[in-house]
This record gives sequence, structure tokens and C-alpha cells, in this order.
Amino acid sequence: MFSNILIYFVIVPILMLGGLALCRNIKQIRAVAVAGSLVLIGLSTYLLVEYLGLRAAGETAPMLFTGSWTWFEALNIHLAVGVDGVSIAMLILTSVIIFAGSFASWKIDNPKAFFLWLILLSTGVYGFFISIDLFTMFMFYEVALIPMYLLIGVWGTGRKEYSAMKLTLMLMGGSAFLMLGLIGIYYNTNGAEHTWNLLEIVKNGVDKDWQMLLFPMTFVGFGVLGAMFPFHTWSPDGHACAPTAVSMLHAGVLMKLGGYGCFRVSMYLMPDAANELAWIFLILTGISVVYGAFSACVQTDLKYINAYSSVSHCGLVLFAILMINTTAMTGAVMQMLSHGLMTALFFALIGMIYGRTHTRDIREMGGLMKIMPYLAVCYVIAGFASLGLPGLSGFVAEMTIFVGSFQQGMGEYLAGGGALRLVFTIVACCSIVITAVYILRVVGKLLLGPVYDKHHLSLTDATWWERVATVTLIISVAAIGCFPNFFEGLIRDTFSTDTFEAVKMSVANITNAF
Amino acid sequence: MDYSQFLAMKQEIGLLVVFLLVFLYDLFAPRYAVAGTDKKAVKGISTLAVVLFAIFTAYGFCCSVTDSHALIFGKMYATTPVVVAIKNILNIGVLIVLIQSMTWNASEAQSTRRAEFYELLFITLFGMYLMISARHFLLFVIGLESASLPLAAMVAFDKNKYESHEAAIKYILTAVFSSAIFMLGLSFVYGLAGTLYFDGIAAAAVQDSGLLIVSMAFVMAGIGFKLSLVPFHLWTADVYQGAPTSVTSYLSVISKGATAFAFMVIMVQVFGQFYSAAWEWMLYALIIATITVGNLFAIRQRNMKRFLAFSSVSQAGYIMLGVIGANEMSLAAMMFYILVYIFSNLAAFGVIQAIENKTGILSMDSYRGLSKSNPRLAFAMMLAMFSLAGIPPFAGFFSKFFIFTGALNHGTTAMYVLVLIALINTIISLYYYLLVVKAMYITPGEPEIANFKSSCSERLALVITVGGIILLGIVSVVYNSILTLTSAPLA
Repeated sequence: MFSNILIYFVIVPILMLGGLALCRNIKQIRAVAVAGSLVLIGLSTYLLVEYLGLRAAGETAPMLFTGSWTWFEALNIHLAVGVDGVSIAMLILTSVIIFAGSFASWKIDNPKAFFLWLILLSTGVYGFFISIDLFTMFMFYEVALIPMYLLIGVWGTGRKEYSAMKLTLMLMGGSAFLMLGLIGIYYNTNGAEHTWNLLEIVKNGVDKDWQMLLFPMTFVGFGVLGAMFPFHTWSPDGHACAPTAVSMLHAGVLMKLGGYGCFRVSMYLMPDAANELAWIFLILTGISVVYGAFSACVQTDLKYINAYSSVSHCGLVLFAILMINTTAMTGAVMQMLSHGLMTALFFALIGMIYGRTHTRDIREMGGLMKIMPYLAVCYVIAGFASLGLPGLSGFVAEMTIFVGSFQQGMGEYLAGGGALRLVFTIVACCSIVITAVYILRVVGKLLLGPVYDKHHLSLTDATWWERVATVTLIISVAAIGCFPNFFEGLIRDTFSTDTFEAVKMSVANITNAF
Repeated sequence: MDYSQFLAMKQEIGLLVVFLLVFLYDLFAPRYAVAGTDKKAVKGISTLAVVLFAIFTAYGFCCSVTDSHALIFGKMYATTPVVVAIKNILNIGVLIVLIQSMTWNASEAQSTRRAEFYELLFITLFGMYLMISARHFLLFVIGLESASLPLAAMVAFDKNKYESHEAAIKYILTAVFSSAIFMLGLSFVYGLAGTLYFDGIAAAAVQDSGLLIVSMAFVMAGIGFKLSLVPFHLWTADVYQGAPTSVTSYLSVISKGATAFAFMVIMVQVFGQFYSAAWEWMLYALIIATITVGNLFAIRQRNMKRFLAFSSVSQAGYIMLGVIGANEMSLAAMMFYILVYIFSNLAAFGVIQAIENKTGILSMDSYRGLSKSNPRLAFAMMLAMFSLAGIPPFAGFFSKFFIFTGALNHGTTAMYVLVLIALINTIISLYYYLLVVKAMYITPGEPEIANFKSSCSERLALVITVGGIILLGIVSVVYNSILTLTSAPLA
């Protein structure tokens, strides 16, 4: 068991929990958090190198580094692990954001409890990404959700009790559907023996009639966490009230659990239903994309702006997944990476600005570029990444998504398959413009122009730990923007394997959607 | 008569020995005339009872190792590895309750009647054993009555509190009333089948008799009172609130667990053949009502004991999901659920009791800031709440997941709907369990409960329960071994 590298993604955070429990003062806590997250970054980099090496050597199995250990024998529940390019990308993303998050919460109150919950959350996230057993996957999923309640409730700001409760109940509500969906998959997989193992379920296939029921159930279950319209309402409130590192981790990583789950469970296991029912969710996610962007335009609270922008961007992830097109789906994963890093950067910066000005209302601030040039420049970079400036991650992701979607939509239209995908691609494209509107509006009001409040003149610029957090994220954002080929190559494998060929079957199925 | 038959009743006899030893000690230990100075003797009795019961519990586990199939006393009494296992599960719960009750039992008010609590408790437990092992309704009714009536006396234990008496009256009236209904149902059954043996009734195969369905409804109602299924739950909140906390915790976990198991035996063995026809749908409706009503009423409760009363009503609904599943998987899931529920609920009651013993506070609002003044108690309470709500990695998640999986083994659409309703209800329950966490961790303000040191026994009980909450699920041995037992047919 311990010879499998993946298991250490769970063991290291658990060791960190143990280490944190023993810590006596804030220095030790910081040391444990930083050292642990560095180990995790190292571990994920090592995994990446090994993975690429194996792929280069011609390994074609859909999942590598697989391992499976019996847990509950009679129910065929295993602790089964395995990764492909997508999971590795997610693991790297998580490690980077936890690293940055530790620095962003350098001065948090009651650090011991805070980091304990934060690391518990990340244990769940790591466990989720490495699992290929539906039971353990679901268990880790819920482990990742519940610390949120206390992190927001105790360390949050504003209407934190309300937001924490709303967020927890909505996400757990989603996971209730998910649980039923997963047990349904377990019982309705073809083949002699019931199984929770993803790869075996794919091999055996899920009963066609049941797919129609189970696909929406699991998709909605994960979609709630992916902030799909109309289940997105927890996201703005939750993000607005959460402390900085939690916003970062939540928008950066946790919302990716939704997107990842949607394709890894819903689409991967139930391709037939995905083909038939994609149009429902395409409409919903299309609405998410545009609605989120428009909502961001009228908000005045920085965190709300960013939260709605997350709704829009995460909507794009689900939207691209539903395109069932290799390019678009690759773009979806790129968008997950890109959005994760850039939103984390945004939330980190907002937290830093709020820590100084004690307001997040853009009407009460102005000219910050003069006062805190470093943070302001970082904010501009994050903004540019968000609105899709070439050279940064947003451009790569959105470009890939829209090219893929357009391909698919046009192909479908020309083949007489209805114009739904095409229309919604065009609708979703509009969000790029709207994104530019709200990003530039914030940049203009917040950073440029005269200093609004004279008291702000005495504020200082970023401290060293804040610089570490922001620089890490900016480098990652730029890396994706500059070397998209590398990441695309990593991800594309997943969507080119046979499993997804099955998903990309016919285009004619949604003829009657309109 | 073949006296070697008694040897099959290892656990009953062991329990009687424990009872007698405590009783004898109570008779012969020195008694002090002045009230309040008797504390030493009380402590002696408490310790004796706990130690003896611990030995007995360990002994029970030894029993389960040996092959223990027996059908004795004219086939009235049966024991199988599964039966032994459920008794062992109850024993663990009782042991924790006993440890928790030590502090309360050593208090001023209790010192005048030193061993009564233990004696009455052992008698009720004996009754529950009989209920579980009975394969004839005569023995079952004897068990049911001896499990109910002494409990009324235990509920009335707080003699200085008005609520305690009120609760006892309510409890005894409902208990008697439900027994009456139960026995009315039985008399119908006897009239139809001509026998009260479980297998005899099943073998009589009275098909499609309207009267049998009516009698079945009566039987279910009678047991429903004991389990506090909605709509037979109305006594629950008042009794739970009025009874001393040790008794409440005993009532909510042990009594409920034993009755649930006995209920499953009756339903499967006696009415098994009417499965799809009638009782599944009755139970279906009962489960939905129980889970939903219990949850909705729990939301508004501010008294912790009333709160847990309604929470336990809804938990009973989840336990019933194991009964409606009626296969070996859901039987195992149900037993596992009972075990986990024992640990989770007793952890919650342990904290409540520790606080009540020290400060007398029972209101949820007064738990404000508990995480600052008594972080360990708050932590134990939080884990208990998470486990009750079914949050991983705590045991409650596993037990919920397994009971749902067991119920869905049927594969009917109706069952999917039922599980969906149950799942939606877990979200409601999560809301009110989080209210407790919120009161302890989030609500601002100075803590109302000052820092205090809870007694040794209370801490020991909390360590055991919290350990159970953390380990029972993750360590798969527990569930696997229960499932191995139940995979052999229910005898």
C-alpha cells in the first residue's frame, strides 16, 4: 500500500494535521503549513514527471499508478487510487493554492484551529482527486465540504453565520442527490458483480434506462458545487463571507471538485445519458456563464464581483464538458486550472486590500495604484488573466473551449443536429465581453484615478509573505499562458482514450431539443 | 425437563448474576443513617456495577465466538450468533451509560437509594434480551413488559423534580396503552392462526385476511410506541426531557436499539410472507412520517434533551430503513447503525450530562462559547453531531451509507423514492445539528458555562464514545464481521 505514491497525497496532509495538533506557537504552525505544502508541491511535481515518463514510454492505460486495497469486502468497497493527466493537473493546482493560501493566512486569528480545518479540507480534496472508487471518492468529497462551515462561520466576516449555513446546506443537499446517484450506479452497472470502481464501471457500462435517471442526479449533485445555475446562490454569499485563504481554496480548488466530478462520474460513466440529456444542462450552464458575468457587472463589493465572476467561469467549465468534444473538454480542464489560480490570486489580493482599507466596497476606494502599487499591479494581472489576455492562462483556456464548442456546434448544425450547441456557444462567447466590462470597471474605479479616501494614503504595500503568495500564483498563471502545449498534452490524453470516444458518439441525438 | 437448556442462555444468566451480585452488595453493604454521608457506599456500588458489567460484556463477546445456535424451551427461545451480536452491541451501550451515570449516581439526591438505578436497569435489559430472543409471543410480551415497567420507575428517579414525575406518568400510560394495543393485535393473530409461535403463525399462512392486516397494524402500533415512530411519538419529548439524563440516554439508545431488532425479527419471521402486500407499505409511510416529523420538530427545540428526543425520533426512522430492506445486508446495516448510533448519541448525552451535573444548564443557547471555555467538551459534542448527521470520516456517515445501500438492494423505484426522502431529511437534520455546533463555536459573546473539570468517569465515557465515533467507520472490521454473521440466515 505504501509503495504507491498516490497514497501519500492523503498521508502527508494527515501527518500535517498531526503536526499542527502538536504545535505550540504560530511560528511552528507556519512552519508545518509551509513545509507540508512544499512537500505536496514536490510530490505532485514528481508525480507529473513520472507520469509523463510513463506516457512517453508508451503506457496507454487510462489510469496510471493504480492501486486497490479492500476496505468493506462484502460491499466491494475498495480504497482504489489512480490518476490520469486531468487528476494530476488538479493535484498540482491544489498544491499550489494550498501553498499560496498558507502565506495568505499568515496573520490569521487562532491559527492552529484554522489550519487544522484548512488541512482537513485539503485532505478531502486530495483524496477526491486520487480516488477511482466511487465510495471513497464520495467520502473524501464530503470530508472536503464540512470544514467549510466552521472556516466561514468562525473566521469569516459579515453575515457569516447565514452564509456558512447556506453554503453547507446547499452543498450537502447536492451531495444527497449524489449519494443516491452513486448507489444507483453501484446497483445498476451491468456485469456479474456490483462494483464501485470507476474503471470497471466504464468497462461494464451502466444500464441504459437507469442512466437517464442517474445522470441528472449526479450531474446536479456535482453541479451544485460547480455553481451551476440555479444552484449557484451559495457561492456569492459564501465567498463574500469567507476568510481569504478559504475563499482562495474554495473558489480555486473546491469548485473544481464539481467540474471534475461532473465529467469523471457523470459523463465518463454514463455517456449515453450524457448525450441525450446534455441539452438541459447546456442551457443551465449557458445561463450561468452569462448571468454570472452580468451579475458581476453590478456588484460593488469586490468579493461579490469575484464570486459572480467565478459562477460565470465555472459555468464555462461545465459548459465545455457538456460539449462532448475533445478540444472543448481539454479547454474545460484548462479553464479549471486557469480559473483556480486566477481566482485564488483575486481573492488573495482582495483579502490583502481589505486587510488594509477595511472595506471591500469599490465606491469607497480609489487610486490604490498610488498607494500600494505592488498589489495594484498584481490585481491588474489577475484581471487581465480573467478577461483573457494572451500570454496568461485565461486566454488559453477560453480560446480552447470556444474553438472546441464552435467546432462541435457547427458540425452538429451542418449535420442537421439542431443549432442548440452553436447558439449557446455564441451566447457564451458574449461573456468574454461582459467579463472585460466588469474587470475594467473595477480596475478603473479601484486602482486608477484620484485617491478616494485620504486615510488610505498612510497604508503600506505588500509584506513579504503576501508577495510570496501572489508571486507563486502569478508565475503559475503565466506558466499556463506561455506553455499551453505542455498542459494540453497532459490533459488531452484523457479525452482521447477509448472511453471518451464512446462519449463523443453521435451528434444527432439532440435534434429535437429545440 | 432438560436443564442443560439453560446453558444456551449464557448472556441472560450472566446478566442475572451481575444483577444478583449488585443486589446482594446493596443489601449487605453498610448503610449510613444521615443522608448525604452514604456517598462512599454509592460509589462502591457504582464501581462494582460498572466493573461487573464490563466483565460481563467481555464475557458476551466470548460467547459469540463459540457456535451458539439453539432453539430451546419448547422452541420459545432462540439464540444465534446474530442474536448474541446484537446483545453484545447493546451491552457496549449499557456499559457506556453506566460509566456516564456514575457521577450523577453519586450525587446528593441519589445517595438515599444506592443501587436501585442499576437493579432496575439490569431488569429492563433482561427484558430486552428476552424480546430479542423470543420466538413465541408469550415470551416476547414478558420481555416487553419487563423492559417497559421498570423504566417508568427509572424515569421518575429525580424525585425532587416535578417534570420527572410527569414524565413517568406519561411514560407508564403510553407504555401500558401500547402494550394493550399490541396484545389486542396478538389476540387477533391467535384467533386467526391458532398459535403464538412465530413460525407457527407464518406457517398457518392466513392469506389475504383483512383481520390479519388489522392485527398486524396493531402489533406495529404497539411496537411503534416503544420505538417512538411517528405518529406514536408524542410521549417522547416530554419523557426525554423529564427523565434524569442517564435514563434518557438509556431510553434513547438501548431501548430503541433492542426494540428495533425485535421488530425486525417479528416482521420478517411472522409477517414475512405478507411482505409486499401490506406491511412494507405501512412501514414505508411510517418511515417517511417519522423521519420528516422528527426532523421538523427538532429544528425549533432549544432544550438539549428535547432536541435530542426529536433527533432520536428521526434516527429511529433511519433504523427502520434497515427493517424495510429486510435482507441480510440491511440487517447488518441496521445493527451497525444501532452500534454507531449508540456511540454518537451517548457522546452527545455524555457532554450534556457533564454540563448538567456541573451547572444544571440544558439550554442550547447557553452553550454559547463552549468552544472557548471547555474546548474538549465542545469538540466531543461537535463530533457527536457530525456523526449523527452522517458526515465523513465519522462513523455516522458509514452507517447511513450502508443502511441506504441495504435498502436500495431491493431495486424498486419506491425504495429509491424512500431513500431520496431520507436523504433530503439528512440535510434538514444537518441544519439542526449544525445549530448546536454554531452555538458552541460561532455565536459571539462571553461563554455562559465557565471552564470546569469533568469527573473521571465522564471523561472516560467521552473518550470511549469519541474513539468509537472516529474508528468504527474507518476500521472496516466491525461492519465486515457483523455482515459475516448476518449472512447466515436469521433464525
